[in-house]
Amino acid sequence: MLQYIRTRVLLTIPVLLGVSLLTFSILHLIPGDPARILLGDMGGGAAAGDTSDEAYQNLREELGLNDPLPIQYANYLGNVAKGDFGRSFQTNREVRDSILEVLPYTLQLTVVGLGIAIVLGGILGIIAALNRNTWIDSITMVFSLFGLAMPSFWLGFILIQLFALRWTIFPSTGTEGINTLVLPSLTLGLVASGVVARLVRSTMLEVLGQEYVTTARSKGLSERIVILRHALRNALIPVVTIVGLQFGGLLSGAVIIETVFARRGIGRLAVEAVLRRDFPMVQGTILVAALGYVLVNLIVDLSYAWLDPRIKYR
Amino acid sequence: MARRVTAGAPPMELRATQARNRRKDFFYSLLRTKAALAGLMILSLMILAAILAPLITHYDPIVISPPDRTLPPSRDHWLGTDGFGRDIYSRVVYGARVSLPVGLIAVSIAASIGAVLGLVAGYFGRYADAIIMRIIDIMLAFPSIMLALVVVAILGPSIRNVMIAVGISEIPRYTRLIRGQVLSARELLYVEAAKVIGVPTSKILVRHILPNVVSPVVVLGTLSVGSAILAAAGLSFLGLGAQPPRPEWGAMLADGRQFLSSHWWVATMPGLAIAITVLAINMFGDGLRDILDPRIRT
Repeated sequence: MLQYIRTRVLLTIPVLLGVSLLTFSILHLIPGDPARILLGDMGGGAAAGDTSDEAYQNLREELGLNDPLPIQYANYLGNVAKGDFGRSFQTNREVRDSILEVLPYTLQLTVVGLGIAIVLGGILGIIAALNRNTWIDSITMVFSLFGLAMPSFWLGFILIQLFALRWTIFPSTGTEGINTLVLPSLTLGLVASGVVARLVRSTMLEVLGQEYVTTARSKGLSERIVILRHALRNALIPVVTIVGLQFGGLLSGAVIIETVFARRGIGRLAVEAVLRRDFPMVQGTILVAALGYVLVNLIVDLSYAWLDPRIKYR
Repeated sequence: MARRVTAGAPPMELRATQARNRRKDFFYSLLRTKAALAGLMILSLMILAAILAPLITHYDPIVISPPDRTLPPSRDHWLGTDGFGRDIYSRVVYGARVSLPVGLIAVSIAASIGAVLGLVAGYFGRYADAIIMRIIDIMLAFPSIMLALVVVAILGPSIRNVMIAVGISEIPRYTRLIRGQVLSARELLYVEAAKVIGVPTSKILVRHILPNVVSPVVVLGTLSVGSAILAAAGLSFLGLGAQPPRPEWGAMLADGRQFLSSHWWVATMPGLAIAITVLAINMFGDGLRDILDPRIRT
């Protein structure tokens, strides 16, 4: 087990390096010179080619753009490790501070959304599997098909129309207070629950066909015990992987949903940074999102091995 | 075909349930096939509408007409008009000319690059495999929209760049799928035989390996056209894709935001268009999967 943990943790290191290399290269792959962009010197014909400008040279020096690329990358890594993501081109604030400020809101949104998706999707999946090939199964699967096809931003609008504008039960926008969390997390959870329901249904069906379920039945155990004690327990193991898989989807969903509900969060921060060409902020938000995703997947993999003794610890 | 080994005939009761289950399964798959056919029909209609857009609409999707602002659905404007007085029906129909190709092209980008990477990784193994799969691992470390954001951040917001962004973010799925298929196809007897008689590697890859990979890729490709359309519409919704006044469903939805309380149809119609299109594609893709590749299930 320890060996497995060690290997799995070691394997994330190259991934993290790759992730940082990719976010690092954003600044160097954009057309044009970051220092010029920062100076707001977008077009400007002759001025754009004029590199003798003192402010411009100072800025290049300050951003470290005159160093060779490997040195720049090493510096970037060192800074990131210290938690220094640079300053926003837009506000000149520390990128780290802006991210830390909104990160809890995104975490709330994704965690509650995930909870809704798992509970709702899990229940629907189990009901569908137990009533296989009946109208209950069909309705559940139609629901999940709709969940897969529904644009989250449209669902968000519908919920706003109903619950915020017509009945004014929940606020349509904002970040403060638990009430503002209801509609966004419901949107996120509903969309994701379709996928979860499908997965739970198929794993449940698989488990129900296993020999130990037949054995449990032939022992004369009640159907309730067979399902709760024998089938569900084993069907839930693969569901843990869903958490890992869905987390990325939820994070992606959060990017859009934060905009729909004008919520503060890392996704909205990233989108606005891309729109305003605020590249240090783009780098920071994307790096943090990827780090979080890698971390969650690591935890999921480890808990999976812990839950399912059949997994070989290589 | 496979002979079934049975130890005596099953008891009557069991046989009866088996027969009933078979009948149920049959109706179920018939239903699924019906759904697939329905999906195909809706999709064909949409493609036809996109092609015939100028013939089946009576208004220009771009020219604004302030006196006609936010008119409700009526005989003149079937789906109403938007905040600039543009006919929403026309814009939805012309929007199909944007969204459908975007989905197709994004998937083509992903599938072709994924095919090359997967073939090379799966067939040559060793270093090629290690390097390619580590790159894929890194790409998978980004939630898909974040990868798309990186691409849009570098290339700038436009519908063309959204196609590229969505295409790139879908590459890992194809590479993994194709690599897996190639790994098993590589061991097939006729591939071994081709190798032994000295068929050039490129020919083995194209002639003998690739055909084994086609049907799962077609299935994944069909299903992911839907998710690509969703992703592209999402990016346009965020303002990172199609720029106004281009009629694009995601961007139209974003325009409808300010009318949510007063003029519901402005946001609802493009939303419906996206949902119906993706639903049709998924229904068709599910059916296709059942027919072409019963092994993969999600």
